[in-house]
Amino acid sequence: MNPQDVVITGIGLVSCLGEGIDAHWEKLTAGRPAPVLDENRFAPYTVHPLPEIDWGLQIAKRGDQRQMETWQRLGTYAAGLALDDAAIKPDLDLCATMDMVVAAGGGERDETVDAAILAQSLTRDDLGVLLNEQLTTELRPTLFLAQLSNLLAGNISIVHKVTGSSRTFMGEEGAGVAAIETAAARIRCGQSTHVLVGGAFQTEHHDMLLGYELAGYLHRGPWKPVWQRQGSEGGGVVTGSGAAFLVLESRQHAEQRGRTAYARLGTVASGRSRRNRDDLGAEISKLLAKAGAENGGMLAISGASGAHKATAAERAALEGVSGLEPRAFGSLTGHLKEAQFPFAVALAALAAFKKQAYPAFDQQAEQAFAGSTDAVLATTVGYHQFEGMALVHATD
Amino acid sequence: MARMTDHLGRPIVVVTGIGVVTSLGVGKTDNWAALTAGKSGIHPITRFPTDHLNTRISGTVDFLASSDRGASALTYELAETTAHEAIAEAGLDVANFGGPLFLASPPVELDWSERFSLYASGSEDIGPERLLAIARGLNSLDVFQTSQFGSIADRLSDSLGATGLPITLSTACASGATAIQLGVEAIRRGECDRALSIGADGSVTAEALIRFSLLSALSTQNDMPERASKPFSKDRDGFVIAEGAGALVLESLESAVGRGANVLGVLRGCGEKADDFHRTRSKPDGSPAIATVRAALQDAGMSEGEIEYVNAHGTSTPENDKMEHLSLSTVFGERIRDIPVSSNKSMIGHTLSAAGAVEAAFSLMTMREGVVPPTINYDNPDPAIDLDVVPNVKRSADISSVISNSFGFGGQNACLVLTREPV
Repeated sequence: MNPQDVVITGIGLVSCLGEGIDAHWEKLTAGRPAPVLDENRFAPYTVHPLPEIDWGLQIAKRGDQRQMETWQRLGTYAAGLALDDAAIKPDLDLCATMDMVVAAGGGERDETVDAAILAQSLTRDDLGVLLNEQLTTELRPTLFLAQLSNLLAGNISIVHKVTGSSRTFMGEEGAGVAAIETAAARIRCGQSTHVLVGGAFQTEHHDMLLGYELAGYLHRGPWKPVWQRQGSEGGGVVTGSGAAFLVLESRQHAEQRGRTAYARLGTVASGRSRRNRDDLGAEISKLLAKAGAENGGMLAISGASGAHKATAAERAALEGVSGLEPRAFGSLTGHLKEAQFPFAVALAALAAFKKQAYPAFDQQAEQAFAGSTDAVLATTVGYHQFEGMALVHATD
Repeated sequence: MARMTDHLGRPIVVVTGIGVVTSLGVGKTDNWAALTAGKSGIHPITRFPTDHLNTRISGTVDFLASSDRGASALTYELAETTAHEAIAEAGLDVANFGGPLFLASPPVELDWSERFSLYASGSEDIGPERLLAIARGLNSLDVFQTSQFGSIADRLSDSLGATGLPITLSTACASGATAIQLGVEAIRRGECDRALSIGADGSVTAEALIRFSLLSALSTQNDMPERASKPFSKDRDGFVIAEGAGALVLESLESAVGRGANVLGVLRGCGEKADDFHRTRSKPDGSPAIATVRAALQDAGMSEGEIEYVNAHGTSTPENDKMEHLSLSTVFGERIRDIPVSSNKSMIGHTLSAAGAVEAAFSLMTMREGVVPPTINYDNPDPAIDLDVVPNVKRSADISSVISNSFGFGGQNACLVLTREPV
């Protein structure tokens, strides 16, 4: 055992299924796990909405809550869950030396202000002046920071006192992959002892849907599980609101403070296939080999988004390895964008820790898995770009 | 044979290529000539109407092909332009860089020009529902790409032949320095022999300016734009928003020497420390900034007595300059009065996500040229800030070690230690 192994000692999860690891484990291992859907609010799109959350449980000051839009509040909340779970939160010294990498989006704009400007734009020629008039008078001064990418990390520092370092990565699913990959690499070579890493996505906002739909990526019509959306109306992605944060530590650091880890994070492999030129399926197969999953015989917690091309390529690549049984959690939580890969790694860690596989998340397209969960694969193939995988191992 | 590892046994990381664009021009030569002449790049805004705006000046980059094509296109062109200069100087192939890319760039949002034109192209629904309905029928990836945070780095990776998954990052005003730090760390881990770190920001739009205005962060001294950015002066009243980019080719000393590359300077150390006090104000005791500078010195294996110049964050906001003085005088003690401390932002404004990279580039040139660029507009010194700011006129000086500070909204602070020689 290497003292600089990377172990997972804290997990904070929020999705439409609920909050916390217990709620998620219970829902995900129920005989037939079922998604929570809202098919009306953003019709013709279905979303997986946030559960009821008592923000005060992790963000004590109402003043702090008011300084954040929902996305930042969600991420700060889930980060708090992970810190609590790792027993780091009450220890201010541990927080002050803890590094942080957040995979962030942002851009929760004021829809009322925007709609008013758009409406007036049809009757005005001086659009630039219209913008100045409206934005200078109608924008809430604090909104800028309340929706700004790096301020999720900023709020985690303010609320939870994590101040060793603060880095924010951007770039959809790839940001989540790079965040975990970088955090793990820093721990392995001694650049860091403990890192808070994760992301959040709040989809219940038109601009968040627009980010997918400008390229036609969203699924329309009746909801279907991730693997069954090929050929359906729209692009295949159903989004969800949710968050996943992990506490990663060196084995030595966790042991010295007497913490039992959920799992060990093995190889993290990332890629940027040139999808207009390369064969995505072949690139995914290469990543499987790089991650050490080429011999199969394990559960694959798949972050497949449902996006037609990427999802078909991932499915084919997974099927190319014998006994690699996929579990696409997006069928239950929706696509969590920047949080997708951290969420996948978290679910993989739970299966390794509980020594139990998840039942099929999709009764038609996924098979029962009776093998060992000593090693579990986590995958995320971006709906448009970037790919990542990680192998998660039981600790003993 | 020269030592290839540092005091902690890590590969020594050097710079073999530098690229820069600011409102002063394209490339190191033009920028350096203007910067050392004390010339300001700040000017009245012409990119968009300024009616109703309290601030009507900026340091926009108006002379590139993409200058009027939106934040995403301009940020891309700024990044690529500086990358080409840096990679070419390093003697590498601009289409096949062969190392990872770390890009500091502003968070993207769909530009208003796109929103207006999408909205006008439909007639059903109102507000955001109409935008979504129109989006469904779009047959082009162009608009989509401007809304994806990872798009600029993805396209840069294609164009420059960078390897692996590119990292796009934001640590607010410290972003450019963080991009460099990520590159340094990757080389120290032995993951690569070289890395490309870029900070690029072409995001001066009406909305961006209004957002900073609403936070009372911007100077409103519109009448003499070139005089508005006055770091460390008594009458400073905010920063001047600006655009630009800086790119560094980082390389292990061993790799650089092995291929006979010209070593332009050394990335000796990086430090960071987050502030937990407030979203826009720093902790009154300056402790996070102090810890940041000390962490960088420790990482570099140097004492404060060995630093010969400070490239200040120096934004010209009342808050930053006061706090930066407090932190510098705490770290350096009495000696701070004898160290030149100048702010490039007095001439180029605050290039936001790019600032840390642009100012690292200028820090390296300061050492190479033996000339310290001035802090211009320094006519009314703030008596509470007792620093040698290299007032108004450049100064010749033999500088072999520099720290470059970057402190961001949201509490993200970074400091780089750069030296001239690898030892």
